[in-house]
Amino acid sequence: MTHHEISRRKFIATSAAAGGGMVVGFSIPTAAQAAAVNMNPWESPTDKDGEEINAWLTVDRDGTVTIRLGQSEMGEGVFTSMPMIVAEELGVDWKMVRAEYADANRHVRNDNVYQRMSTGGSGAVRRSRVYLQQAGASARERLKEAAAQAWGVARSTVTAKDSVLSSGNNTGTYAEFAAAAAAIMFTEEEEPAIKTPDQFTLLGTSVARLDTPLKVNGTATFGIDVRVPGMLYAAIIHSPTPGGMVKTMDGDAVRGLPGVVDVLQLGPGGIGNLTYNPEEVPNRVTGITSSVVVVADTYYHALSAVNQLPVTWDAGPGGGSTNATIQAAAFDILHNPAHEAHLPVQDEGDAAGGIAGAATVVESTYTTPFLEHACMEPLNCTVHVTDGRVDVWGGFQNPPGALGVVADELGVEQETVFTHTTFLGDGFGLRSRNHEVREAAAIAGAIGRPVKMLWSREETTTQGKYRPYATYYFKGGLDAGGKLAGYENRIVSQSIFFHQIPQFMRDGLDSVALEGMDARMPYTMPNKKVTWAMSNTHIPPQWWRSVGMSQNPFALESFIDEMAYAAGTDPLQFRLDMLPEDSEFQAPYRLVAEKAGWDSNLPKGQGMGIAASEGFGSIIATVAKVTVSRRGQLTIDSIDVAVDCGHIINSDTIEAQVQSCQVTGLSNALFNEMTIADGAMVEKNFDTYLQLKMSQMPQVNTHLALSGGEKWGGMGEPATGPILGALPNAIFAATGVRIRSLPIRNHSLSWS
Amino acid sequence: MALTLTVNGTSHTVDVESDTPLLWVIRDSIGLTGTKYGCGIAKCGACTVHIDGRAARSCTTKASAAVGKAITTIEGLSADSSHPIQVAWVEQDVPQCGYCQSGWIMSAAALLDKRANPSDFDIDSEFADNICRCGTYQRIRSAIHRAAEIAAAR
Ligand code: FES
Ligand code: FES
Repeated sequence: MTHHEISRRKFIATSAAAGGGMVVGFSIPTAAQAAAVNMNPWESPTDKDGEEINAWLTVDRDGTVTIRLGQSEMGEGVFTSMPMIVAEELGVDWKMVRAEYADANRHVRNDNVYQRMSTGGSGAVRRSRVYLQQAGASARERLKEAAAQAWGVARSTVTAKDSVLSSGNNTGTYAEFAAAAAAIMFTEEEEPAIKTPDQFTLLGTSVARLDTPLKVNGTATFGIDVRVPGMLYAAIIHSPTPGGMVKTMDGDAVRGLPGVVDVLQLGPGGIGNLTYNPEEVPNRVTGITSSVVVVADTYYHALSAVNQLPVTWDAGPGGGSTNATIQAAAFDILHNPAHEAHLPVQDEGDAAGGIAGAATVVESTYTTPFLEHACMEPLNCTVHVTDGRVDVWGGFQNPPGALGVVADELGVEQETVFTHTTFLGDGFGLRSRNHEVREAAAIAGAIGRPVKMLWSREETTTQGKYRPYATYYFKGGLDAGGKLAGYENRIVSQSIFFHQIPQFMRDGLDSVALEGMDARMPYTMPNKKVTWAMSNTHIPPQWWRSVGMSQNPFALESFIDEMAYAAGTDPLQFRLDMLPEDSEFQAPYRLVAEKAGWDSNLPKGQGMGIAASEGFGSIIATVAKVTVSRRGQLTIDSIDVAVDCGHIINSDTIEAQVQSCQVTGLSNALFNEMTIADGAMVEKNFDTYLQLKMSQMPQVNTHLALSGGEKWGGMGEPATGPILGALPNAIFAATGVRIRSLPIRNHSLSWS
Repeated sequence: MALTLTVNGTSHTVDVESDTPLLWVIRDSIGLTGTKYGCGIAKCGACTVHIDGRAARSCTTKASAAVGKAITTIEGLSADSSHPIQVAWVEQDVPQCGYCQSGWIMSAAALLDKRANPSDFDIDSEFADNICRCGTYQRIRSAIHRAAEIAAAR
């Protein structure tokens, strides 16, 4: 049985039987309710007078259709793309569609009725499409069946289009038949087949985002904006060094400050059910770390007081570590091929022999630093604990996960916890961990009043979970004809899986650390050997937009370029020569080269670089064009991106996500780096943790190279990777300066 | 202490310390949450409001310094999202997560007031300290040019 079939059966088994939404939260009617999405997206945008045909959709008396989505909106466009999938099958007039978040509490009470309610892995469309289509198709056929029964005709004679049912002279609206349709049950055999892509009329077009109107007038509610009657505010300072502990704290020194309600210590030695335990993985990532908290009547009072709170810290086992010590530990392994930590990843042919017999040998070491997510909205969560019920508001990438964390922290039944997912001011993987949710639950539980906890930007930058560092050693041998004769690659890095889901480690390997480097590499190499060694630190690692692809393409595609130049071959041709005829990389590479006007012989000071990678089911090839002045001033003139994600849902979103990924990739390549001193993060805010600005944004051109067929790739992340190779390669073409460590701003690009 | 602030044409008397950043007074005391906190040090632009018609970072403006001045937040830019910047933003589907957008819109509206037809250079200079982590820069640039057209046609 395929994955798709499981999803489809699961839809059929649970969703029709699921009954009755719960009225939750504080519903405040506003002008925005006429909009397609409520300013509080966990609340319905309609008055809910309608009939629920299945868990995914209701039809109101006025014909408005409300479609629920299980994913969270953090900019990637799910508030539009997911309802589009249901609407495609339902045959509803798109103007009548409203959207709201599915209810995580119902999901938990009702046997995971919404199937998958986390957002990540660029998986919204590719992992939900089939069951969402099924939900729409099933509702449409039940509406037809209801009309057929009323009119005494066969269902096969009834058509459904733009919310109107007709058969012969009979016509009626979806609203008229919604109640009857809701009562009709299909057996598994009776469920209709879903459309194939050639039958789509809505999917694949460019549709305006439903959430845009709320985002131009300040009404969209983010976690930080939640206001609950009687609410207090909490500000927090964590141990500067991850894993450190409060040594002393003088709460009385600040209790008299304006507005202060309470001073708390969290984590080991303080409050909190699951507290940080350095001995236990994955508790090190999920447990509450040692911290101090002030609760006050306003956030500014809480923040001022916590900043004045006398506290001393014991740095713990991470104390004393720096970038240099972390890199030295990694290099001890990386540069010692006999080290026992190296584990075999791939060993094909005879790499050593191929290199030994080569005419030219290229050898390089690459490094990438720890990165923070820099979500635009600092972390926050609001919790209200009452007798028999807990309400939780925030920007959750994984609402059922947040619900479970709160239930666990407070020792209550999951069924009594109600999460209200707001809009997310970015997620990038950070908002799937729920560590701030656990803290907020512990604080609100101790205070007994609703509390909004907000991390300052400084706490958000220094206390996140980080994209881990990685180090790479490459050795490539080229024969006299410039063809690759042998390739050796050793990688030493910190593992995300080991810390978070150790059961996902296979033969000691972390597959996300090896994305694109192992058998998943597109290039055919006759003699190839790859090894990986884990060298962990006290710094908690986390998914970061595109995960392994946020660093591996920099190292791999730069080294491929080094070999191309050593071989005297055009970098594009060198890559094409290593791709099998039927490689899915052929078309994106060729299209992007054509569109960008690929030219590897520009005058000095100008250059083009090319790279490609596959992530989350999509293949992306990228060309960057740069100009570098003799003094080393870099201008990125343009970026061309060819995309094969198979099919598209909303073409407007594809372009937006490609641009978005370029900004993430350029910030990563040019500026982002966390410096570690005495085990703590040095960069605290946007004055030192630099991000790409408007003036540095090049023109980005998106080109579709869709292969169709069975391919359905994600688009939230994969375009991040290739620019990490294309940009340094362009800089080399322009200047002869080879970048072997990120960020680029640490290097002089001057040339003569 | 009690301070009286005029926000979007309405007078509000709030009881805060005079050095409280205007940002927190607007958000927490007055309850207008469209103005966002991003950095607190004037390095991201998310908190941008207009003070007497000019773009200002509310995170580094003391509340007491805004007494007697006309403060406009995103909620007061127009009653019905009809400001040319808002119209162009919707037309071009600029926002992604949306968190930074109030700040960009307020900054861009102030720029249009200064220069009816800003060049790319004007735009780059105006936004030297604005950040959008979703990377909506390309569409923001294009929407500002579009807003200039819309404003000119009115
Ligand atoms: S919050 Fe004021 S500029 Fe960032
Ligand atoms: S739209 Fe998300 S940070 Fe700008």
